[in-house]
Amino acid sequence: MTHAFKTAALAAILLSGAALPAAAQTEIQWWHSMSGELGTKLEGLATAFNETQSDYRVVPVNRGTYPESMTAAIAAFRAGEQPHILQVFEVGTGTFMAAGDAIYPVQELMADTGEAFDREGYLPAVVGYYSTAEGEMLSFPFNSSTPILYYNKDAFEAAGLDAETPPTTWDELAEAAATIVESGAASCGFTTTWPSWLNLESFSAWHNTPIATRQNGMAGLDTEFEFADAGLVARHWANLAEWQQTGAYQYRGRGSDAGPAFRSGECAILLESSAGRAAILANTDFEVGFGMLPYYDDVEGAPQNSIIGGASLWVMRGKDEASYPGVARFLAFLSSPEVQADWHQSTGYLPITQAAYELSQEQGYYDENPGSDVGIQEMTLNEPTENSQGLRFGNFVQIRAMIEEELEAALNGSKSAEEAVEAAQTRGNEMLREFEAQNQ
Amino acid sequence: MSEKRVIFRGTALPLLLLAPQLAVTAVFFLYPAAQAVRQSMFRSDAFGFGERFVGFDNFSALLNSARYWDSVGVTAVFAASVAIITLVVSLALAAAVDRLIRGSSVYSTLLIWPYAVAPAVAGILWWFLFNPSIGILAYVLRTFGIRWDQFVNGDHALILVIIAASWAQISYNFIFFLAGLQSIPRSIMEAAAIDGAGPVKRFFTITLPLLSPTVFFLSVINVVYAFFDTFAIIDTTTAGGPGRDTTTLVYSAYSDGFLGQNFGSSAAQSVLLTAVVMVLTIVQFRFVERRVHY
Repeated sequence: MTHAFKTAALAAILLSGAALPAAAQTEIQWWHSMSGELGTKLEGLATAFNETQSDYRVVPVNRGTYPESMTAAIAAFRAGEQPHILQVFEVGTGTFMAAGDAIYPVQELMADTGEAFDREGYLPAVVGYYSTAEGEMLSFPFNSSTPILYYNKDAFEAAGLDAETPPTTWDELAEAAATIVESGAASCGFTTTWPSWLNLESFSAWHNTPIATRQNGMAGLDTEFEFADAGLVARHWANLAEWQQTGAYQYRGRGSDAGPAFRSGECAILLESSAGRAAILANTDFEVGFGMLPYYDDVEGAPQNSIIGGASLWVMRGKDEASYPGVARFLAFLSSPEVQADWHQSTGYLPITQAAYELSQEQGYYDENPGSDVGIQEMTLNEPTENSQGLRFGNFVQIRAMIEEELEAALNGSKSAEEAVEAAQTRGNEMLREFEAQNQ
Repeated sequence: MSEKRVIFRGTALPLLLLAPQLAVTAVFFLYPAAQAVRQSMFRSDAFGFGERFVGFDNFSALLNSARYWDSVGVTAVFAASVAIITLVVSLALAAAVDRLIRGSSVYSTLLIWPYAVAPAVAGILWWFLFNPSIGILAYVLRTFGIRWDQFVNGDHALILVIIAASWAQISYNFIFFLAGLQSIPRSIMEAAAIDGAGPVKRFFTITLPLLSPTVFFLSVINVVYAFFDTFAIIDTTTAGGPGRDTTTLVYSAYSDGFLGQNFGSSAAQSVLLTAVVMVLTIVQFRFVERRVHY
């Protein structure tokens, strides 16, 4: 009896002793939305950081798609259960910028914790997107991407097209897509992921056409949509609806749902984020070519430069004070040239710092992987204008879903392209006014 | 009827015995419902810093919105289709199993299986089957000359969610119908058969009237199911699209509340939705139940 008790007590002491080192580590919760190849890579970053030191332990948790993790974090904040770091897609930037005391501006965090931070080291187009009008960086750019064109070289060859030259204008693309469908090289010419991003947002930037007043919303909450006014978006949507009829274009859902249609060989051309590269190369058995986004060559100023997508990391307030130095140290770790260059090269996301870009050049990455710098070329094609530096709207998650609803209505013929674009503008403005009213 | 009735004297003991159930109802239904009613009269920002009382503004905005009425229409078509398809198919299956002499338990088990599938999984399953790129059913339809495309064609998308939602609910209906069929006394059926009534005649003149309490109960359950429990199926198959062709009332409340952080409007939608279902249920009990023979 006493013996058993002693053994148990000893075991308890040993166990608690063993648990001590672990308890001394401060845990840092990191909610993200990366799955598949990208998720594995991201978990690797957290592990690598955890191995460099023993004070903090970064715990990455996948909370579903971007809209899901963002809404989960907002709900968690209201309940006091928010994570330290949250990955928010670019569409949520407006919502989080208006979040006031819920967020800890990254630049302030770095200064408060004495972590080295050089704002000038980041690519201007990237850092500008996540800064206030006064130039304070609010969130940490982590995975920035830009849409590019992917094409199936085998299908191009089978259709008798030049497999080394991707189409550069919409006319060329439509012709190539029609040829592919007619020749039977593929049953679908081209498709697009992220329909609103590809067919309205970056489309407008690429043609140097404004989406909204007030520098596409960067300069204030009183912004108003004006993308219907130039008529260019309606023209494009009308074309898409026409091509949808012939099979040259096939709509395959919202988000990145269209990806598999290209990877399976069904569609020969795909407009997708540069970050789709990892998944595309891992899951295709044909040769993949890369090209810049197509443009309408009669539009003055096109092509301008593409805008970024992807996500940034927001730090949320209200956690244990002792954990914030760890958060800052982790962000500094993520922006080191080695980590960034590796992340950029293995995923297809853009390098967010000048140093990472240069390191990749030195390593000969772009020479060995033709096409891997298409995104960077698009970003830096021209000095960004007010129409192409980015966009920032409140309620944008909802607005984007609404834009996709209207696009779908144009595609299935229940509305004309003009009607759909007009409706999207009117409904979008209602949502902007609502956000403005909520955040005054 | 020799029913045993227990008579309680006083109110303390009955209340005490009911207390656990009342407590659960209060915590999990009454309190959240009261919160929803409260929130439907406010407007707030996403992070919950500021709140402003707006009275019935959220409700009037909804009732003046053409899109909300579109959702009402979609919900009506969806709920009616799901309720009717589910009833008819599961009754047919139950009748078929009931006539089996051997192996009926095997068939019952197989038919009950889909009920174990989570709604989201059921949704993805049908999404795959009908996917125009990879779906086997879409492929089969193509061979019949139907260009199935749930991403662009609103009718196709609506058919898809109706099929998925009905499929997930058939098992539940099947269990009740089978139990109901098996409780019908064989002697009545045999007497009818001796009198010369064929199987079809027996089904419509004897079986169906005797099953009417089950049909009534299931129709109420199915309507409530179609209104509330089909969110996961819609989210995984069509996400309310294309356009808003499969945005039912519950999906609209979700997308405005969770995606849009428009908590006031979302709460107002929930309140209206609950009210509609309460009215529907009352109507069913008042008018339909009169035709039910117990």
